[in-house]
Amino acid sequence: MNTSNAARLGLILLLAPLLVWLLALVILPHIDMLLISLRERVAPQVYERSFANYAEFFTEPLYWRTFARTAIMSISATALTLLIAFPVSYYIAKMLRGRLKGFLFLLCLVPFWVSELVRTFGWMILLRESGVISNVLQWTGLADGPVEMLYNDATIMVGLVYTSMLFMVVPLVTTLDSLEDSLVEAGYDLGGNGLTVLRTIIIPHAMPGIVSGCIVVFMLTLGNYLTPILLGGKSSMWFTAQIYTQFITRFNWELGAAFGFLLLALSSAIVWTGLKLSRQTLSESMG
Amino acid sequence: MKYTKGFNTIVKTISGVLVSTGLIAFSAGAQAETLRLLTWGGYAPEAVVNIFEAASGIEVEVTNSNNEEMISKLRATGGAGFDLVQPSQDRISSAQIEFDIYKPINLSKINSGLMISSMLEGTKKNTTVNGKVYGVPHVWGTSALTINTDKASGIKDYTDLCDPKYAGKVTYRLKRPTLIAFAFSMGMDPFAAYNDKAKYADIMAKVEAKLKDCKSNVKAYWSGGDALINLLRSEEVVAAMAWDGSGWKLSAENPKIQTIAPTSGALGWIDTFALPKKTKAEDAAYKWINFVMQPKIAAMITEAAGNFTASKGSDAFVEESKRKLYQATFPPAAIDNINWYPPVPAGLEEMEGKVMDRVQAAK
Repeated sequence: MNTSNAARLGLILLLAPLLVWLLALVILPHIDMLLISLRERVAPQVYERSFANYAEFFTEPLYWRTFARTAIMSISATALTLLIAFPVSYYIAKMLRGRLKGFLFLLCLVPFWVSELVRTFGWMILLRESGVISNVLQWTGLADGPVEMLYNDATIMVGLVYTSMLFMVVPLVTTLDSLEDSLVEAGYDLGGNGLTVLRTIIIPHAMPGIVSGCIVVFMLTLGNYLTPILLGGKSSMWFTAQIYTQFITRFNWELGAAFGFLLLALSSAIVWTGLKLSRQTLSESMG
Repeated sequence: MKYTKGFNTIVKTISGVLVSTGLIAFSAGAQAETLRLLTWGGYAPEAVVNIFEAASGIEVEVTNSNNEEMISKLRATGGAGFDLVQPSQDRISSAQIEFDIYKPINLSKINSGLMISSMLEGTKKNTTVNGKVYGVPHVWGTSALTINTDKASGIKDYTDLCDPKYAGKVTYRLKRPTLIAFAFSMGMDPFAAYNDKAKYADIMAKVEAKLKDCKSNVKAYWSGGDALINLLRSEEVVAAMAWDGSGWKLSAENPKIQTIAPTSGALGWIDTFALPKKTKAEDAAYKWINFVMQPKIAAMITEAAGNFTASKGSDAFVEESKRKLYQATFPPAAIDNINWYPPVPAGLEEMEGKVMDRVQAAK
């Protein structure tokens, strides 16, 4: 009796900070935000309940196009990150042993010791018209004049992939590490070539890692603000930047809040679709 | 309308309200008298703060920001968190009507003899809501043209930035001053249409078409003082619609880069002192205002911010080279030609916002 009561008290005490955190810093602000998103300004300091802000998103092509653009670029960035990170992770997890393995893993981590802002400014120094790469190209005679590599969508892509690489490598290395070498050997012994082994043994085993990596990278990219703003050009629009604009420069909290909820709903829908298409479940890939 | 660091803006987006409310909680607990000042970069240089702290025993906490963030921060807290703020004079009355975030200024506590009286009267008039004055002037300057005289001497007015000769070599902001400037440059008077929404919408439609047309000429829209300075300094752009103060800073490094008053008139702004509704150190705020408006102190602020102040007689203490640059940009006729921002009526900014969205989305 006593012990079970004590255990229960312990559990409550342990859970309390988490519950307070969730309630005060996540749930309450979201409820407030939802209420703001459901009102419309009719006159100074006078507001009315309405769905006008949500309607605005669907009727003004600019807004949903910005969202579509953001979503498509985020999906491409996720795919590209997976494509680059998979061989790297496989090499680290399966081909290397001992100290070198740790060293290479550390190398993936090093860029994340400085803030995202500094990394992005680094890219700007490299890519701008009067920057390092442009100067090297001119010096070696590969280019006649200054080359501008900043301010376009490809630059945003480079920045996004670079920023999210680590979040793909870590889950992939973890899952690939647990793959028994004997299974791969058995695959070859049974007459499989590299491609069939990859397709039928390695990828199915790594699937939870791939899915969790993709979800994390997709969400980070979709919610990124710095990289698209700093590296993007004059036509570049990103949905989070639109939310910032509504809140801060337009003083339109109502529309900004509605956009926030739409971003939450639409990105969840995209992740859910992704899980369905790859026949994975969230609990499997995160577990 | 001054040098906010580009990254400042961004960092604040992320930390935003959380950090400022956090700061409030801490600073409210402190016992010593503190003045929490929300201002623009350069308006409260460390040297000035040190002299003030030594003389008055009041500690000054400086936060750098811009117009929109100042209003948004005060709106989020209902006017708490800071003791003195410095929005531009044209942005006070609409924010006050809309969000009720300021406290009227007690003019008897201001040493008005220190201020240039025409500027004080103008600011008082523009910041009056329901018979109460909400702002007194501090720093003023203009949005003008900064050009590289070697490569873009042909640019005389804002619309000249759209000359195909300078394709890919010009920059401006995608913000409301640009809309206003282009309207003037195209021969229209947006300020006269401020109270006629239909007419204003008509002007904005024309400006929108012009800016879409001009977009191929623009290398990038600059967003902060440092981005602007980098673009001009590296000669990646040869002409920009820019703050005069930034332009003068560049002239000091590279005399080829000059700031000129556009033929349709530079756009004049005045940044003010205003009291947030829930200010906790009103007396300290008045002490600070009267302190920084002394001519010698005001000259120190001019050195740091790059722009002149409304302090009477402070020009005499500003470095000779700075005064020369200012006089070169603004011969007396150009000063008379400055278009000063009248207060923005509520509702216009929403219209302008959509114009800017469409310009950004245009190919």
